[in-house]
Amino acid sequence: MKHSMVVAIAALPLIALPLLAQGTFDRSKPPELGAPPRVSLPPINTRELPNGLKLMIVEQHELPLADFTLVIGSGGTADPGGKSGVANLTAQMLREGTTSRKSLDIADQSSFLGISLFPQASWESTTLSLHTPTAQLDSALALFADVALHPSFPANEFDRIKKNRLTELLQLRDQGPAIANTAFPAILYGAGHPYGVPLIGTEASVTSLSAADLQSYYQANFKPNNATLIIVGDVNPAQIEQKINSLFGTWQRGNVAPLTYAEPPKASGTTIYLIDKPGAAQSSFRIGSVGVPRSTKDYFALTVMNTILGGSFSSRLNQNLREARGYTYGAASRFDMRRAAGPFTASAEIVSAKSDSALIEFLKELNNIRQTIPADELSRAKRYLQLQLPENFETTRDIAAALVPVALYNLPLDYYNTYVQNVEAVTKADVNRVAQQYINPSSLAIVIVGDRKTIEQALKSTNVGPITIRDISGQPIQ
Amino acid sequence: MIKPFRHVGVSNRAGYRSSEEKVRKSPTLVALSYLMALTALAAPLGAQAIPRIPFEKYKLPNGLEVILHEDHSTPIVAVDTWYHVGSGDELPGRTGFAHLFEHIMFMGSQHVPVGAFDQMLEAAGANNNGSTTEDRTNYYETLPSNALPLALWLDADRMGFLLPTMDLPKVNLQRDVVKNERRQRVDNVPYGRASETILAALYPKAHPYSWPVIGSMADLSAASLTDVQNFFKTYYAPNNATIAIAGDFDPATVKKLVQQYFGDIPRGPAVNRRTTVPAVTIPRDTFLVLEDKVQLPRVYYTWHSVKNFAPDDAALDLLAQILANDKNSRLYKKLVYELQTAQSVSAFQNGSRLDGLFRVTVTPKPGQKVADIDKVVRDEIANIIGNGVSQRELQRAQNVFKSGFLDELSSVLGKAEILNNYNYFVGNPDFVQQDVARYNRVTAADIQRVARTYLGKPKIVLTVVPEGKREMMLTSAAGAGGDR
Repeated sequence: MKHSMVVAIAALPLIALPLLAQGTFDRSKPPELGAPPRVSLPPINTRELPNGLKLMIVEQHELPLADFTLVIGSGGTADPGGKSGVANLTAQMLREGTTSRKSLDIADQSSFLGISLFPQASWESTTLSLHTPTAQLDSALALFADVALHPSFPANEFDRIKKNRLTELLQLRDQGPAIANTAFPAILYGAGHPYGVPLIGTEASVTSLSAADLQSYYQANFKPNNATLIIVGDVNPAQIEQKINSLFGTWQRGNVAPLTYAEPPKASGTTIYLIDKPGAAQSSFRIGSVGVPRSTKDYFALTVMNTILGGSFSSRLNQNLREARGYTYGAASRFDMRRAAGPFTASAEIVSAKSDSALIEFLKELNNIRQTIPADELSRAKRYLQLQLPENFETTRDIAAALVPVALYNLPLDYYNTYVQNVEAVTKADVNRVAQQYINPSSLAIVIVGDRKTIEQALKSTNVGPITIRDISGQPIQ
Repeated sequence: MIKPFRHVGVSNRAGYRSSEEKVRKSPTLVALSYLMALTALAAPLGAQAIPRIPFEKYKLPNGLEVILHEDHSTPIVAVDTWYHVGSGDELPGRTGFAHLFEHIMFMGSQHVPVGAFDQMLEAAGANNNGSTTEDRTNYYETLPSNALPLALWLDADRMGFLLPTMDLPKVNLQRDVVKNERRQRVDNVPYGRASETILAALYPKAHPYSWPVIGSMADLSAASLTDVQNFFKTYYAPNNATIAIAGDFDPATVKKLVQQYFGDIPRGPAVNRRTTVPAVTIPRDTFLVLEDKVQLPRVYYTWHSVKNFAPDDAALDLLAQILANDKNSRLYKKLVYELQTAQSVSAFQNGSRLDGLFRVTVTPKPGQKVADIDKVVRDEIANIIGNGVSQRELQRAQNVFKSGFLDELSSVLGKAEILNNYNYFVGNPDFVQQDVARYNRVTAADIQRVARTYLGKPKIVLTVVPEGKREMMLTSAAGAGGDR
């Protein structure tokens, strides 16, 4: 059956208005709801400057505001070998000085203008985001373009940023959840794969870096033909294109080396990797495997399946581990989908004394999700995904953020307008198939950071898998 | 003003993001027409440029207060119910109870089976949560506009019909969840116990802010089913609640629905909340030490200050910004940027309903002595007290604050929270322009004066040190100020 943007939801009778009782009413019956509102997401205008910079412009004239997000199609995966952290630190250094502005001047102007100017590197991209009132547009855009196009990577500023980063890395040792977040991908992917190395770098890699490393990363990747500028807000597309052209038009095109990814190591069997955090009040669980790339044809089926497993409050993992047993404040699961296959991760912070019981429940849910899903649970998950969509498009900043994956992964421009029907098309059989294909309880990496002295024996007696002791980086103990 | 760090409250559940499309729901600036007037050295910005939040407020015969604000820009609606009770209303031996009770409110009620609350809302495309502070407890839903009746029906059921299906297993279950929340936010977090240690030293024992919102493990263990029943009967009556509804709805329809669902919930006994607190006196600087599993020490300076919306509250907010919360702020620039002896520094004024505190926090870099950092902190504070701040520093802080202000107005949930917040603290839901004016009025002389008045007084100084390294603590013997 073909569905339009708004899908008729069978389980909730559709009527024009809520029924208002005449006199008494029956409190035991939930109200009957009218049809969900029709959501029309604003059209995306696309342009391309002669130097290859792509523009995605969405007009939103409700308020005199605009958001600009420059998406560079290179992130941590483009870090040179042994130099993890370069993309992340390059992004951070954009605001630390340009050929005409000093670090403190950039901060002073941003605060004084009341704008926000925020750089960030992720695995596959680096973004620079500007949020500004349109009346400030010219001065804000001048600062934005200067930071994007003319960073000078001053050695003294980098020296400070580097010391700061090394201290941050030291402080991560204090935090069990952070240790788990670092060790889990390191174990899953190994040091030979970019996803196995921390985005923020390691003590060894950061120590070895110089400002010249960042400069050359910038030169190699910050090219207009490797970038999209997302513009959302109270702008006129033709006029804003002119302004952008005058600021970004002289940006020189250049070749960007295509990325190649090593194959992640094949998992064999389920293993518990225990990392000691003496005295920890909770055990940090990260359980999973190598998942799927963003380009997977199973995207919607996986999204629905994960919503049922651990992607919502009433998902199975949270209902079991939190709402039925009280072992945790919250349990969740997610598929990180990137250019290559990112990790599938189920996670929770578990009270130490229940580490073994929680492990058993995790495994139970990862097995059960491979069984046929009851129809009401499936439809609840689909409706949750479909009907909460409008909330993601409330502000200009929301819309700009929603367009980043469209730009980065070449999703169709009508991606969100077809989202509801794509979710609707997912069948029980689809969910069952992707659960069986992508969740394999006999081949999981189980990373637990906790108080080894009190939990090791109990974990062992679960017989879930052999226990290997690792250090806080996820490496074998020498 | 609603500041993200002010509601250090404890919320109910972690957020869910199922895929990269579930983008960060970030607050955004709205209608910054006042900022349009900004030029290089603009004068303080006119309050009239801040948008008002048109509202309608009325009361049901049972005392339930209702605030409505229409915004049809996105087909969603926020329902935000405030109960006027928080951890400051707790009894001795029952710290953390208001927040534990908040959790129990999601466990179903007479017509809503356990688990159905979240299932029904999620099936309608809604997100929901709650939070508890010292002063109030809130419960909110954001929904597609067609699902508004569902939120009202669920909220009415737990307001009017919570106890018939309340039992000890529900209490025990959420007791375990909350204990895990405490572990996740406090006990298993580096420096996590600093705040409650300071509160206990700053405020006298009978002061309602002398214990943390999350409570102690022992008191959480002690909470009984009878406590839940009594607390509900005392505080969870319609005459102690305000519902703010903001977004895409038809007011006439909503009024009928509110009347239908909430109208016959009986009024409860009058709620008598405390209006005064024991006096806070700190005769001399008090130095404390707390050992923790940390790599680096951290120093917390805490002064007794003023309550929310007191005459000096806004000036203290701006002082915090000028002192530590910007790359060009006094302490950040000196300690983190120039000397590079500190890893981080921050400051805040936290005014609640009945009292307030001002805090500066500094983490030294490895190998740095807290006494050396302390000298810089004292010198910079003395410098502001002695010489004041520049117009540029003040203007920058005011502009940053105003941006934050308008961030709250960007979403229907933010507006519902603002309406409730002003209604509660100043009795006028649409107080946003007057609130901005509080910050506009602050002068450089005010900053100097409040620095002298509050930061010139004796304080609580806590050093969190790595286990076994008590000698790292800051003491007056190390040159840490003492009485001056």
